[in-house]
Amino acid sequence: MTERPRLAVVGAGPAGLAAALTAAARGVRVLLVDAADQAGGQFYRQPAAGLGARRPHAPHHRWRTWERLRTGLERHRAAGRITHLTDHHVWCVAGESGSGGFTVYALRGPGQEEGVTVRADAVLLATGGYERVLPFPGWTLPGVVTAGGAQAMLKGQLVLPGRTAVVAGTGPLLLPVATGLAAAGAQVAALVESAGPAALSRRLPALAAQPGTLAEGAGYAARLLRHGVRVLPRHTVLAAHGTERLEAVTVAALDRTGRPRPGTARRVRCDTLAVGHGLLPHTDLAETLGCALSGTAVRVDAEQRTDVPGVWAAGEATGVGGATLALAEGRIAGQSAAARLYGTAPDPRRWAAADRTRARARAFAAALDSVYAPPAGWAERLPDETVVCRCEEVTAGRVCEAVGTLGAGDARTVKLLTRAGMGWCQGRMCGPAVAGLTGCPLDPGRRPFARPVPLGVLAGLPDTE
Amino acid sequence: MNPLEPTRARPGPAHTATFDGRPLRALPGQTVAAALWAAGVTAWRGTRGTGAPRGVFCGIGVCFDCLVTVNDRPGQRACLVPVRPGDVIRTQRGTGRDDD
Repeated sequence: MTERPRLAVVGAGPAGLAAALTAAARGVRVLLVDAADQAGGQFYRQPAAGLGARRPHAPHHRWRTWERLRTGLERHRAAGRITHLTDHHVWCVAGESGSGGFTVYALRGPGQEEGVTVRADAVLLATGGYERVLPFPGWTLPGVVTAGGAQAMLKGQLVLPGRTAVVAGTGPLLLPVATGLAAAGAQVAALVESAGPAALSRRLPALAAQPGTLAEGAGYAARLLRHGVRVLPRHTVLAAHGTERLEAVTVAALDRTGRPRPGTARRVRCDTLAVGHGLLPHTDLAETLGCALSGTAVRVDAEQRTDVPGVWAAGEATGVGGATLALAEGRIAGQSAAARLYGTAPDPRRWAAADRTRARARAFAAALDSVYAPPAGWAERLPDETVVCRCEEVTAGRVCEAVGTLGAGDARTVKLLTRAGMGWCQGRMCGPAVAGLTGCPLDPGRRPFARPVPLGVLAGLPDTE
Repeated sequence: MNPLEPTRARPGPAHTATFDGRPLRALPGQTVAAALWAAGVTAWRGTRGTGAPRGVFCGIGVCFDCLVTVNDRPGQRACLVPVRPGDVIRTQRGTGRDDD
């Protein structure tokens, strides 16, 4: 290497930013490649610049951390240590045979029609996650959005889809989403959480290890109370109703086994349902590179290295655990990558503090995971006519027929028989539901193209062996 | 209250596009989906199979439910594509292509 080594960081959320700043501070040239037009990722998503937000921190938590990241990014950019490629949608990262380097393939611009390739000596994947939503009758109605989607549209675009919202599903994300919608002027008719308070209190000792995050949760709860939001623990949304758009939802209480209690169903009028059942890691780029997964997440070692030499991963891609964990992982990955790119072994004592944070945050995430679970038996209760694959409009009945009558034993066979997962989203939305109906674990997606690529871009790629 | 208030947003002057032939007001930096939500519109696609109405679902470019036709180009993700002055935005029926 005649010049300073080059590290491509994919994703400019908390993990990617922490990694980029850490590596840049150690003399590495960083290419920060991100799909958004501003850094921040989903957690620190900023209002579009043209909206002229004078209090952009209003919908955010831990704003000081963000300000440090943003200032650091500006400083390193000005010094030429970080090149920030905004509006670059990465669709593949490939190892180059021989050189040991990597090529990052991206599409530029919101229309994603112009191909761009960049080269790097190493890659750090901070690709984040996306939301898991399990189907129920009416979930395709306009007005039903993912909880994270409602939050993204509010944080980035300062818009609401309606006036009266129900927030439902399971997971810690529902609290900030409900408070955010209420603070922005929506009437939040209810927060419907399928987990019960007993499950939470059983895990309190483990959760108390992360008092800051626990306090944040309590803060949200207090604000919900102030906004007059009714919180319904151990409840679920059974169905959404409407013809052209959402008009109401049916909510029911769950019994101790997590099944709806007969006679408790009631209708709640609303024009917005923000629903989610936890997050899933984005692993497409890692899978195509050949990185091993652990469950649905990219497997990493203590230095955040994947099992492919020259590829690191950090943040939600390596297991969903929130911004604190993502920042710690990013710092460790950035230090490890910088040392290794200069041909030295990193000294783990240098990241002892981040290591402690990582251990605590992972334990906290595992405890939360055991508290928040979708209602038991949701797959068996799904009526035959409910659409499961939103793109190809495949119903639960057809998936069950593929499994029962036709003998499909995995999601791939179900896909071949029904087209579930074959559409635009490539099974990202229906994957968890098809897995649940099939009775098998959620398969890694194996998507060599992480997003749709125009044929002209593929045709224009230079020949490689 | 409106959702611009908590951040005390002072957007630049709005510009105009059209949606299904009617004027659509958009603030600078707003995506097609955001401008439509602000105008009270939540559906702008009819599915290929049943023609069922769809709009934003994931809001971050993953689900492709919010596909819309912009300046005769179908299949644009409304949650990602910003509105430009004079854009002709239309509800997308099916694939949005005549030959299908």
